Amino acid sequence: MTSSRTICSATVLMLVSMQVAVAQQSASSLSYNRDVRPILSETCFPCHGPDAATREADLRLDVRDFAKRVLIQQSDGTSMLVDRITDPDPSTRMPPADFGKSLSAKQLEVLTQWVKQDAAYQSHWAYVPPKSSRPPQVKREAWVINDIDRFVLSNVEQCGLDVSPAADRVTLIRRLSFDLIGLPPTHQEVTDFVKDNRSDAYERLVDRLLTSKHFGERLAVYWLDLVRYADTVGYHGDQDRGVSGYRAFVINAFNDNMRFDRFTREQLAGDLLEAPTRQQRLATGYNRLNMVTREGGAQEKDYLARYAADRVRTTATVWLGSSLGCAQCHDHKFDPFTQRDFYRFAAFFADIKEKGVPLELPQREGGFETAFPPFEAFPTPQEARRRSELGDELARLEAAMEDLSGDALLEAKQKLKEVFKEKLRLEATMLTSAITETTQPRTMRVLPRGNWMDESGEVVIPGFPEFLSLSQRAASGDEMGNSAVVVKSARLNRLDLANWLTSSENPLTARVFANRLWKLYFGSGLSRTLDDVGAQGELPSHPELLDHLAIRFVQNGWDIKDLIRYIVTSATYRQSSAMTREQFDADPNNRHLARQSRFRLDAEFIRDNALSVSGLLNPQIGGRSARPYQPAGYYADLNFPPREYEPDNGANQYRRGIYTHWQRTFLHPSLLVFDAPTREECTAERAISNSPTQALALLNDPTYVEAARALAIRMLQQDGTEQNKIAWAVQQVLSRNARPKEIEVLASLYQKHVTEFAHDLYAAKAHLAIGNHQAPKDINPLELAAWTSVSRVILNLHETIHRY
Amino acid sequence: MLHANFMKAIARRQFLGSAAGGMGSIALSTLLHQDARSEEGSTTKTGADSELLAQGLHHPAKAKRVIFLNMSGGPSQLESFDYKPKLAELDGRPMPNSLTSGEQIAQLQGEELRCMAPQCAFARHGQSGQQISSFFPHTAKIADDICIVRSMTTNQINHDPAATVMNSGTAISNRPSMGSWLLYGIGSECENLPGFIVLSSKGGHNLPQPLSSRQWHSGFLPSKYQGVRFRSTGDSVPYVRNPAGITDGRQRDVLDAVRSLNQIQAQQSYEPEIASRISQYEMAFRMQTSVPDLLDISDEPEHVLKMYGTNAADGSFAFNCLLARRLAERGVRFIQLYHRGWDHHNDIKKFMGLTAPHVDRATAALIADLKQRDMLRDTLIVWGGEFGRTPMSQNNKGGPGRDHHKNGFSNVACRWRHPRWNHSW
Repeated sequence: MTSSRTICSATVLMLVSMQVAVAQQSASSLSYNRDVRPILSETCFPCHGPDAATREADLRLDVRDFAKRVLIQQSDGTSMLVDRITDPDPSTRMPPADFGKSLSAKQLEVLTQWVKQDAAYQSHWAYVPPKSSRPPQVKREAWVINDIDRFVLSNVEQCGLDVSPAADRVTLIRRLSFDLIGLPPTHQEVTDFVKDNRSDAYERLVDRLLTSKHFGERLAVYWLDLVRYADTVGYHGDQDRGVSGYRAFVINAFNDNMRFDRFTREQLAGDLLEAPTRQQRLATGYNRLNMVTREGGAQEKDYLARYAADRVRTTATVWLGSSLGCAQCHDHKFDPFTQRDFYRFAAFFADIKEKGVPLELPQREGGFETAFPPFEAFPTPQEARRRSELGDELARLEAAMEDLSGDALLEAKQKLKEVFKEKLRLEATMLTSAITETTQPRTMRVLPRGNWMDESGEVVIPGFPEFLSLSQRAASGDEMGNSAVVVKSARLNRLDLANWLTSSENPLTARVFANRLWKLYFGSGLSRTLDDVGAQGELPSHPELLDHLAIRFVQNGWDIKDLIRYIVTSATYRQSSAMTREQFDADPNNRHLARQSRFRLDAEFIRDNALSVSGLLNPQIGGRSARPYQPAGYYADLNFPPREYEPDNGANQYRRGIYTHWQRTFLHPSLLVFDAPTREECTAERAISNSPTQALALLNDPTYVEAARALAIRMLQQDGTEQNKIAWAVQQVLSRNARPKEIEVLASLYQKHVTEFAHDLYAAKAHLAIGNHQAPKDINPLELAAWTSVSRVILNLHETIHRY
Repeated sequence: MLHANFMKAIARRQFLGSAAGGMGSIALSTLLHQDARSEEGSTTKTGADSELLAQGLHHPAKAKRVIFLNMSGGPSQLESFDYKPKLAELDGRPMPNSLTSGEQIAQLQGEELRCMAPQCAFARHGQSGQQISSFFPHTAKIADDICIVRSMTTNQINHDPAATVMNSGTAISNRPSMGSWLLYGIGSECENLPGFIVLSSKGGHNLPQPLSSRQWHSGFLPSKYQGVRFRSTGDSVPYVRNPAGITDGRQRDVLDAVRSLNQIQAQQSYEPEIASRISQYEMAFRMQTSVPDLLDISDEPEHVLKMYGTNAADGSFAFNCLLARRLAERGVRFIQLYHRGWDHHNDIKKFMGLTAPHVDRATAALIADLKQRDMLRDTLIVWGGEFGRTPMSQNNKGGPGRDHHKNGFSNVACRWRHPRWNHSW
């Protein structure tokens, strides 16, 4: 690593990795994208870049043709660019002193070398189609399992590092389980895997997890962040909107390994497919997940413009990893998106039937109440049958009542009430979702400075971002666009958009998705800016590897499970995450992948883990949102209408975190403190922080106290000594043997607390009354309370909430 | 694009934090000074970071903390701090079309727009002779301690997005709020309370404005920079109380065991994050023990309680103002108080008479109290709403009221000479 003194600004990390890269390169082959552009962009483009309004000296350095005059080398080997940046006279040296940024010696050297090497330019890496490159030769061929490893190892070998040994089997099964299904392995599963001496034991494990019904849930947690799925509308009154059906669609789609192109099509344009199925109509909930207002005084056109912009921001980030949203008020400052591109993209969604400000009272749609139509219920066939039976029954009872009187009438009324209640109960469990229906497309204009009241802008029709369509045509060598992009005479629609996003020529979609999958399995993306692969995004640490993954993804028909299997079966993935101080110092951010990464579990999986190891987890897949315990009064600041939170009873209390009722303005506090996003906007990467409020949640949230007690009950049910019980619990939660010192600490905690509770039976009983779960009658409350202290410790360990 | 850069900044902070064996909070100073700087000066003590920051600034920081009294709903500037005699003259007359055409209007869309005179008397106060309405007699007494900014504007005319603009500078969600930026940039001086605390008060209007945690969210910054919604009744902070049956001693035992086991784990391989988690658990425990002390106002003398107009943790704005002072004393960086009763579309006279007394005495008391403790010189107090109210009347029910107005409203700032806000002041 270079001297830490150079690490100074927000963007310098990028430069540092660049410098490392340069150091590894023989000085002969500088890359414009990797080595040069970051320097020019940071230091020169503000005055000599794309923005004509701020351009100085009529000099533009971002396009080679315009920059040529200062790059030409004189006979003495000098050039105007190098002369000016190395000028000893500070009054004429570039960049000027008052600009505030200067070039380091290293950067000067890079630019000088680059000019010497004929100052070659490159297109931005993410805007050219992924390029297939031969996996590099490596010295330690025996380490390689698949081609991923060749790309990684070659880089590791070049910089004089060494890869890590494979993790032990226990770590591997825990890692795979958390990564693929978001749940810990059971003790039995761990033992089976450790004992499995078949040569393909690991691959079998991967396949088992990929076919688990929980696989879809894990991946859906990430997808729901991207598409900003939530149960409420987000603005002002933040009313409920019942879109759990869309979430079920996502989970099922991932479980069924629906190909990503089809997954894309059904969400964006399921309603435009021929004879759309129930599932395809559900999928179109995607277009309706934006925030919506019912605030009095809000104007229809204002909010329709907001929803349009929201969809552009989200869709462009989800599929293109592009900040097209920045072009709402002006042309993009760093990437070639124009403001017109923004509104043409928005025009794809102009046919979606919706109200800007749905102020009317909730309407009945298909028997369900919603203030946000179009809306639909999606009963299972059994539910539909039962519902219609109950409907018939109601009609029959009502008809029969006309002839009744006296006690018979009362009885019939009672019966009617019961059937009606049963119907309501049934309907309350059915999946519902806002869905997409089409209407006459609204006129879409370019809004000057994003101002919806300004109607002077050009009227636009749907279209793809201009430079991306152009670069594709250029890439395919066909000016007329010989690609999957259909040039139709008719107005393009959302189906065309979906097809274009996943056309094999689109340079972005596959890379963006592959990069994000990489993040799920290594802790950060190959390019760490998961939401922006544009000019301000980070150049991938392994660009050829990212292209390799993207190409494989497309060639294998957008097969998500195939790509995941490919990544997690690599030797790179299987490495140990253990490191020494020296290894950390050599590569603090693990950009060379000479080890696996360790990271904290996401908020939902911290919950799932505790419920799972304690035996409380309700493994039901899909269904309506659930309401775990929540502090009283947490919704006190809500209004229109005021809200009371009723936690669920019964099995619904113990559902996985993904099903937690997602109130945008007041997300459940235990999810919020562990960095779960409110999902008002597309989130491609959750921050991972470490805060005292997290400790408070794990220590005191009734969910975790109750889970600890359930675990303690199971400890008490184990035979043997206190030491045996502790060892069992550590094995249950951490899949490893307890260390003698750990047993000592926990046993002495138990002793202390069991003695204390003996003098404080009231406290023990109060402690055991937390949550709905009841301990068996024959259990000694003092012992149980004391064991609960022990299991609370185990659930609060750093190791418990981390994936190693 | 800011976003991408700051994501890099965060990555950098994580790197720096780990490299230094703890979290250094020198981000803002480095953002302000993009020159090379060694991280050797950073320590795990946040206080030291603010010193470092102060060294890095080209002018001495005058405020150490902010108390933002957020009048949610949009109080009328015309019945509070913006004296408009001309409007009184025009009472009942049509508002000149030239002033309203092309302007965004909220609930008065399609209505006839008529001027409405201020619904109260104004008088000059203090040596400065500031004009303050009769609804704010206590604030009037401290007229010389406050700076009234009558040129506030915003670009949003509905509550929800306007509040978002006020707190984060943009109507698009997922941007950090002011308090989060401050915490991220200069850290906290408080070791046993969150550095950014939000309080909301009861009373004042039958239709209180809903709030959103977006208003104190950290956006794309890590959740540790979020404001913590603090309740003055019931459980003050989610999960701050020990579980039933667990005394502080027993909780301490659990924490000690967690620490022991975490330390054992830390010996297995190099994992600096464990040390950080251990220190977060310690801070959590300190929070648990310091919160009851914070809320226990039995040490406040009678005359102080009287001055604020409270005598118990009743969730009132008055009690929250007292709490704000106690939080300020404890080093909390950003304290935000919401009063939700200012959306006076109708019966403005009645509702001003109902709402203003809720906040007037306590606000003046807070300022006077900080002044007598010599804390006013380094505390910035801001009082104001997300927008103002129209000079036109609204007559939808009951007596006349005023609609939302974004092109001019008044906020009050206290002891701050160079306010640099997103808004034009």
